[in-house]
Order: sequence, then C-alpha cells, then structure tokens
Amino acid sequence: MTILDAQSVTLSYDKHEIAKDLSVSIPKGKFTVIVGPNACGKSTLLRALSRLLPPQKGQILLNGEDIHTLPTKDIAKRLGLLPQTATAPDGIKVTDLVARGRYPHQKWFQPWNQDDQNAVNLALEVTDTTKFASQQVDQLSGGQRQRVWVAMTLAQDTPLLLLDEPTTYLDIAHQIELLDLFKDLNLKNGRTLVAVLHDLNHACRYADNLIAMKSGRIVATGKPSDIVNESLIEEVFGLKSVIINDPISNTPMIVPKGRY
Amino acid sequence: MKTLQSLNTGQRVNMIERLRIPFTLTKTQIFVLLGLFLLSTYSLFIGQHVSGSLSDLLSNLLSGTLFDPLQSVVIWQWRAPRICAAIFIGGALGVSGAIFQSLVKNPLGSPDITGFNVGAFTGVLLTMAFIGVHFWLVVIGAIGGGLFAAMLVYLFAYRDGMSGFRLIIVGIAVSAMLSAFNMWLSLSVSLETAMTAALWSVGSLNGITWAKLIPISLFLGILLVFSAMLVTRMKLLEMGDDLAAALGVSVHKTRLLLMLIGVCLTAAPTAITGPIAFISLAAPQIAKRLNLSKQNSKKCSLFSAALVGAFLLVTADYLAQYALPETKFPVGLVTISLGGVYLVYLISNESKN
Repeated sequence: MTILDAQSVTLSYDKHEIAKDLSVSIPKGKFTVIVGPNACGKSTLLRALSRLLPPQKGQILLNGEDIHTLPTKDIAKRLGLLPQTATAPDGIKVTDLVARGRYPHQKWFQPWNQDDQNAVNLALEVTDTTKFASQQVDQLSGGQRQRVWVAMTLAQDTPLLLLDEPTTYLDIAHQIELLDLFKDLNLKNGRTLVAVLHDLNHACRYADNLIAMKSGRIVATGKPSDIVNESLIEEVFGLKSVIINDPISNTPMIVPKGRY
Repeated sequence: MKTLQSLNTGQRVNMIERLRIPFTLTKTQIFVLLGLFLLSTYSLFIGQHVSGSLSDLLSNLLSGTLFDPLQSVVIWQWRAPRICAAIFIGGALGVSGAIFQSLVKNPLGSPDITGFNVGAFTGVLLTMAFIGVHFWLVVIGAIGGGLFAAMLVYLFAYRDGMSGFRLIIVGIAVSAMLSAFNMWLSLSVSLETAMTAALWSVGSLNGITWAKLIPISLFLGILLVFSAMLVTRMKLLEMGDDLAAALGVSVHKTRLLLMLIGVCLTAAPTAITGPIAFISLAAPQIAKRLNLSKQNSKKCSLFSAALVGAFLLVTADYLAQYALPETKFPVGLVTISLGGVYLVYLISNESKN
C-alpha cells in the first residue's frame, strides 16, 4: 500500500538536471529514510514529493491522485514538510510559531477554534516544548529550536510527514530523542514518515524502509537488513566498511574503514 | 521527551492562552492613536486665521461664537483635507513599507529606498507631459511607473532567485537613475508642467482638496483591506518559501499580489503628493521598536505600521508648515531630513550585524 509515488520523474532546477526517470514509492504507515552522499538529490526528491518542485516529466501521486492537480491547501492537510531552510521570524514566541502550522486548517471568518488549540497544545506536549511555550524562539538552544519546528509540523496534523535532515546540528542525545519521537509518531499514530538522514546507523536502526540514492538515481530500496551490505555502502558512498550487527536493535551497523 | 501516550488519553494543557485574540489595541497603540488625534486636532484649529492659542480657541467655543465663514473655509476646506491626506497617505506608506520589508526580509527593503515611489513620479510626469492632467490618468500613470520601477529592479536583481540585499542595491541604483530621468524630463517639458513638477518633486501636501483626496482614500482603503487579508500569508512567507509552500501558501501568487498592493499603496499617494520619502522606511521599524505589534495578533503589525506612518506624516507636515516662522517647506523635505538621520543610524546598525 503506497501513499506517495514518484513515477519516472525528471527533476531539475532551471536547466540543471538533478534526476532523470526516477521512480519511488513511499509505503503507507512506514518510516522511510532516504540516505545518500551530498548532492545526490535527496532534498530535491523530498521537495518533489511534497509538490514544491514540479517534475519536468512524469508525475507525483498522492494517494493515487496527481499531486499537481490538487489544491495546495488541501495537500497541506494531508502532507507536512519540515524543510532545512525554515527561519523563525524575529522575536516570535514558541506558541505563535507552532500555531502557524494550523494555517491549512483555518478558514476565512473562522480563524482559530478549539481543534486548532488542541492540536497546538498536543504538538507542544509531544515534543516536550510546553515549558518554553511563552518564550521567544531565538532564545532557545539549537536542540530546543529544532523540537519547536517539529512541533509546528506536528500541529499541521497530517498523516504524512516529510523531514529534511531533521537531526542536523543536534547533539547525539537530542538526535536520538528526536528519532525516538518520530518512531513514536509512526508506531502509535500510524503516521507515514519520510526523512532524509545523514547518519547511516540511525537510518538502519529507525527505518522500516531505506532508500539509498546516488547521483539522482535510486541504488537500492528495502528493509535495511535486507539491502545494507559492504558493497552497497561502497557503491553509494565510495567508502569501504565492515557491517556488523547493532547490539541494541539487531540492525546493520556500518563501521567505516579509513586510511588509519 | 514525553511519549505519545497523551495522544490517546486526550489529555490537554490549558496553560497556554488563546492564541488569536480578537482585534484589541495595546497601550502603546492607544498612546500613538491619542497623539495622532491630539496633533491633528491641534493643527486643525490652532494657528493663523483661526485662533492664536488653545485658550483663544476654548474661549471662542465657550462663548458660543462659532467660526466665521473665513475660519470655516480655512478649517474645513484648507486644513482638514490636508490633515486627512497626511493620515491616509502616511498610513498607506507605512503599510507599503511593512509589506516590502517583509518580502525582502530586510529593514532597508522599502519602496522609497528601492525607488518605486520615484518610478511612480516618473509615471506622473510622463502622463502630465504627454497625455494630460486628468486625475485618474495621473493615478494610473503613477501606478504604471511604480510597477515599471519594480519590474526593473526585479529584472536586474534576479539571479537564481531573489536575494534581499542585491535587490536593495539595485533598487538604490534604479532610484538614482529614475531621479535623474525625472529631472531631465522636468527640464525638457513646458514651463508650466515643469513648475508643477518641481513643486512636487520632493513630495508636498500643498493644494490637497477633498475632490482629490476622497477618491484616493477610497482606493487606498480597498488596498488596505486587501493587505489585511494577505497578512497571514505574508507572515508565513517570512519563514521561507519552502515552509510557506508546505503549509499551503501559493508562494508566487501571494508574493506577486503583495508586490502589486505594495506598489499601489506607494504609487497612488505619489499621484497627488509626489514622492514622499522615508515614511515607508521608518514607520514599520519604529512600530517594531516601540513594540507596537503583538506577535500573537497577526493583524496588528500592518495596523501599527499604518498608525506610526500616519503619525509621522502628520508630524512632519506640521513641522513643514510651522517649524520656521514665515517659511513653509514641502513635507517631503522634512521627511527626507528626519529620515536621513534615521537611515544613517539604520545602515550603521545593519553593518554592525
């Protein structure tokens, strides 16, 4: 059962082609992680899947419908995206930032209701940011701020959530905390998650479905324990490694070989 | 971090107040509003031809002698339209500045820095020189000129997307070019047109009549309603195009609409006053520094910018008329002088960051 499909899409910025004839399916109710070296087109794929970048050829299907025929506000009720480029306005308070996630649910003349308030409260609570609610976003630490952004995306209350490198700039404890939260959202709420991650071991541990990309094409896709091996890592990243068993999660764990 | 148990139990936190409060005024806003009202009333009733001082006015009113016909003309036909114009135009310029500063994400990105008002004045001059001085034609000319300047800036500054700072630099260049063009145009047209043009070239509220003001105010009123309708989307755009798009904002359409409204809010006043500088630049920032905008009430930020803009222009016009005895300036000179000081502060402040 797929919720989001890219069907042989060609993606490019201006004339610069990033990916050609790319096909990907995102299984419903699963945690999908996209990995790949820098500039392999991961973020581009995520932007295309979230209708931000219209494909030159091919189409993106959301629940079987061409995403570019749907009204953008309707999509925003079904699909949330946390981009890397989000900037908080000067002096905005945490609650107000999180409340902005409710935009797609608001109508003219009925701007704010109990559902909105409940969604915001819940998003703050789940991300453990309630205690910062009345503080300004720019006064928070990097980890706290990232959780506020996640809270904003959660307030949007979409069954499908796309996250572009959500753990970047966080220390290891905050990374695990956030990934645990995503797994919770996936397991307990049945939300479909798609995340671009840099850390392969995190990807293997948390993903139900792993997509490995290189230079704009999909190299492998499947359960991490089925697809991750030394030759895949070498093919995708050009890195020699040893794969061992993660003693905590029984998933593949990549130990890179450098020159020393 | 808590787990999601609370999702299932439906437990809720009530410590966070309601997020969007209905339209209420903050104390500072009431203060500015009051100042605006007092200053307007003062400049309406006090002064030459009416009453020398407040006590004169009071004794006049208390003794039941109302204004004689001359005084009535001075108050209601000369001064009132001028003060109303200052309020409306100041407000419009403030909102226009707030819109562009939000779009460009830079406090220098206002239509008077990037030359949209100078472009509007080019439109005014061209219309007067080659088509005629019919009121609406001049307004259309002003809007056309403003849009033309905006297009020029956009074309020259566009390179794989929009960078705020490049847009400002290009805008300053375009502004200088258009000023030079305006000067040349003024020198090459008939003496009569040149005189009018010269009178207007720094922006002046002289010769405002109800007949000019009422249609412009209606037009500005409609534009202000539109901008209030777009303000939520404008705020979302400030968080970045991708996030705004992900939240369901049509980014390009919204930006285009906002630009159109912003240009019109600057251009339409220019059609009756000439380019008045620095109100757009300063009003939104002063509103912000005064903490006039409550973050949680999204409609207030444009409203505050309008309020401060109106206050600034009424003050500037009062100074233009009465600061030096026997000498009257065009209001644009006052805003340029005061605004220049502010601009130096702003640039030195920006370069520190």
